[in-house]
Amino acid sequence: MKHAISVLVENQPGVLSRVVGLFSGRGFNIESLSVAPTLDPSKSKMVITTSGNKQVLEQIKKQLNKLISVIKVVDYSEKSHVEREMILVKVKAREESRAEVLRIADIFRARVVDVSPTSYTLALTGDTGKLQGFIEILYPIGILDFIRTGTIVMEREMHGRRKLVS
Amino acid sequence: MKKITGAHAFIEAIRCEGVKHVFGYPGGAVLDIFDAILDAPDLQFILSRHEQGAVHAADGYARASGNVGVCLVTSGPGATNTVTGIATAYMDSIPIVIFTGQVSTHLIGNDAFQEADIVGITRPCTKHNYLVKDVNDLGRVIKEAFYIARTGRCGPVLVDLPKDVMNSLVNFKYPESVSMESYCPTYRGHLGQIKRIVGMVLKSKRPVIYAGGGVIHSNASDELFALAEKIRVPVTTTLMGLGAFPSGHELSLGMLGMHGTYAANMAVTETDCLIAIGARFDDRVTGKIDEFAPKAKIVHIDIDPTSISKNVKVDLPVVGDCKLVLKGMLDQLEDMKQEISELRNNSESWLARTDEWKKEKPLRYTQGDTIKPQYVIERIDEIAPDDTIVSTEVGQNQMWTAQFYRFKQPRLFLSSGGLGTMGYGFPAAIGAQVAFPDRTVVDIAGDGSIQMNIQELATAVQYNLPVKVMILNNGYLGMVRQWQALFYRHRYSHTCLSTSPDFVKLAQAYGASGLRVENPKDVDDAIREALATKGPVFVDFVVESEEDVCPIVPAGAPINNMLLV
Ligand SMILES: Cc1ncc(C[n+]2csc(CCOP(=O)(O)OP(=O)(O)O)c2C)c(N)n1
Ligand SMILES: [Mg+2]
Repeated sequence: MKHAISVLVENQPGVLSRVVGLFSGRGFNIESLSVAPTLDPSKSKMVITTSGNKQVLEQIKKQLNKLISVIKVVDYSEKSHVEREMILVKVKAREESRAEVLRIADIFRARVVDVSPTSYTLALTGDTGKLQGFIEILYPIGILDFIRTGTIVMEREMHGRRKLVS
Repeated sequence: MKKITGAHAFIEAIRCEGVKHVFGYPGGAVLDIFDAILDAPDLQFILSRHEQGAVHAADGYARASGNVGVCLVTSGPGATNTVTGIATAYMDSIPIVIFTGQVSTHLIGNDAFQEADIVGITRPCTKHNYLVKDVNDLGRVIKEAFYIARTGRCGPVLVDLPKDVMNSLVNFKYPESVSMESYCPTYRGHLGQIKRIVGMVLKSKRPVIYAGGGVIHSNASDELFALAEKIRVPVTTTLMGLGAFPSGHELSLGMLGMHGTYAANMAVTETDCLIAIGARFDDRVTGKIDEFAPKAKIVHIDIDPTSISKNVKVDLPVVGDCKLVLKGMLDQLEDMKQEISELRNNSESWLARTDEWKKEKPLRYTQGDTIKPQYVIERIDEIAPDDTIVSTEVGQNQMWTAQFYRFKQPRLFLSSGGLGTMGYGFPAAIGAQVAFPDRTVVDIAGDGSIQMNIQELATAVQYNLPVKVMILNNGYLGMVRQWQALFYRHRYSHTCLSTSPDFVKLAQAYGASGLRVENPKDVDDAIREALATKGPVFVDFVVESEEDVCPIVPAGAPINNMLLV
C-alpha cells in the first residue's frame, strides 16, 4: 500500500539531503517527494509517498524521527485526509484529435495552459487515481510529455464528534 | 563586552564544556584555532600522526572515561582522513565531537584548495553535523553538538568551521542551555510497559538476559547485576557488552553470537523469555534471523526507538535509558517476594541446564611447543592489574580477547564492534591512557592491524603514554585466512603477511621498547617486563600461525549450529 508521509523539518540548507540520504542509505523507496516552506517560514514540510510492509513503514517513520532536523512525522494513511497532486500534460493535438482532447479536458476539469498548432498543454489537479485515469485516457491520443508535482496532503477537520481546531 | 575572535570563542566554548584534552592535527584552515590554543595552557593538545588516529584516540578516551572525546583537524584531507574514525564511533554509539577546518565561506563550493564537503561526506555516519556560517551561531552550535553527542543514543557529531568564521570578531557568550524543538530523547521508560515486562519475566521458565553496549553507555551495570541476582537469570553479553556483567560469575554465560560460547548460544536458542537490554540484534549476534531465539517471547529495552523491531519482532518493547528502566523493574520487584521465589524455584532446573552446557563445551585450546594466542591473553588477564584497560584490533586477536580475557567491570574493553575497524586498538589505547595516565593500558593486536596505525607510536612516545602493545603475530591476516580455510577450501588468497617489519627494531626506531617472545615459557616474564617498563612497549609474540577461533557459526546459519573445533 502507498503511504503519504509528511515530514516537518527545520528550513535549513542540507535538511533535504539528510532525509533523501536516509531513504537511499537504508534502501527505502521514494515514489514522490514535494517540499516547500510552511506558514512558519522557519520550517518546511515535505510529503513523501513511499511503500513497503508494516515493518518497513515503522522503520521509515522511526528513522525519520531520529534525524535531528526533523520536527514531526505524520503518516496520512492512518488519518482522514485530503490529497492533491498536479500534472502538466503536453498532448498531441492535430486536426482530428483537437476537439477530443478538449472534451477529455472538460470531463476531468483540466485547464488548457498552452496551445500550439500541434499540441495542447493541460493542467490538472486531483488525487493520484484521477491523474492516473487522465493519463490513461490521453495515452492513445499521444502524450508528448508530462510532469507531476508529487502528492501533497492535509488532514481533514472533523465535524461533530471533535471540535474544530485551527 | 570585549569582542574576541571566533577561534578564541571556540576555545572558550569547549572550555565551558569541561574539555581538558583535544586530539588532532593542524593545517592551513585551522591556523587561527591552533594559534589560540597556545593561549590556553589548561587544554592539553595531543598531536596524533594521522587524523584517523586522532579520532580513534578521542573515541578510546570517550569509551574508557564516559566523557565526550574531542578532535580537531584541518579541512580537505585532514577532514576526509577522519571518516573511518567517525564511522567507527557511529556504529558503536560513542560520544565524540569532531571539529574540522573549512575554507572561507566565500570560497565554499569553488573547489578551493583543500576544500571538501565534509558535512556532506559524513552525513550518513554522524549522529548530526553542522557547518557554521556565521560566528554568532558558534556558541549555540557547539553547545548543541556536545549535547547531541552525549545524550540519547550517543554518537559522533561533526562541526565544520570555515576559516573566515574563525578570525572574525564576536561578542561571545556561551549559552547556558540548549533548546531544540526537534530533539528530545526518551529516558524514562513507560511504567505500564515496565510492569508488563516484569510480569512476563516472572511467568517465564527459562529466561535469559542478553545485554549489549547500551548497558555500558548508560552506566547500568550495577542495576543489571542486581536484577540478574535477584531473579537468578543467566546473562549473556554481546561483544560491546563485555564487562557489563562480570564474566566468570556463576550466572554469566559469556558472549553470544558468531564466536560466542556454546552455553550462550544454546541458552538463547532454548530460552522462553529473552530480555534484550541495550542490544540491537546485530547479524553477528543473531546468525540466521528466523531461527534466533525461536522459542522465546522477546523483551527489548533500548533508548533508540529505531532499534526496536528493526531486525527481530519484539513482543514487549520499552524505549528508555537502560539504567532507569532497570531501576524501574527492580522497584516493581520490591514487593513480589512470592513471585520471585516461584521463578527461582522454576528456574533451578534451567540454571542446571545452562551449567551443564558450560561444563560440556567450554572455550578451550591446547598449549603446545609454539605459543598459543589464547594463552597469551589468559596470561595477560592473570598478570595485569584488575583495572587494566584493554583495547583490541580486529580479527582473531579481537575474538580471542573477547573469549579469554575475563572482563569484570565496564569500560575496560575497547573494541570496534559495529564497523570492525582494523587499526582502531592502538590509537584508542592512547586515548584511554590520556584519560587515565596512571592505569595500565594494553592493546591486544594482530600483525596486520597494528600496521594500519603504527605511526601513532610517535604520539605515544612524544607524550610518554606507556601503552603496551601485545602483538599476536601469526604471520597472517588470521581471521580472513580462517574463513578461507573453512569456507574456501584453504585457498589463501593474499592473507599471508610474509614481510612484516621487525616490530622490536621498529619500536626501538621510534624510541620505544620492543620485546620478542617465541617460547611459551617466556610469556609470563615478557608480560611482566612490558608492564614494568616505563614508556610504550611493543611485545612481538610469535604465535601458532594457523590457529582458528572456535566456536564459529558460519555466516547465515542459526547460532546453535556451531563448528566447535
Ligand atoms: C580496515 C579494515 N580492512 C580490512 C578488514 C577485514 N579484516 C578483518 S580481520 C582481518 C585480518 C586481521 O589481521 P590481523 O590484524 O593480523 O589479526 P588476526 O586475525 O591475525 O589476529 C581483515 C583483513 C577490516 N576489518 N578492517
Ligand atoms: Mg595476524
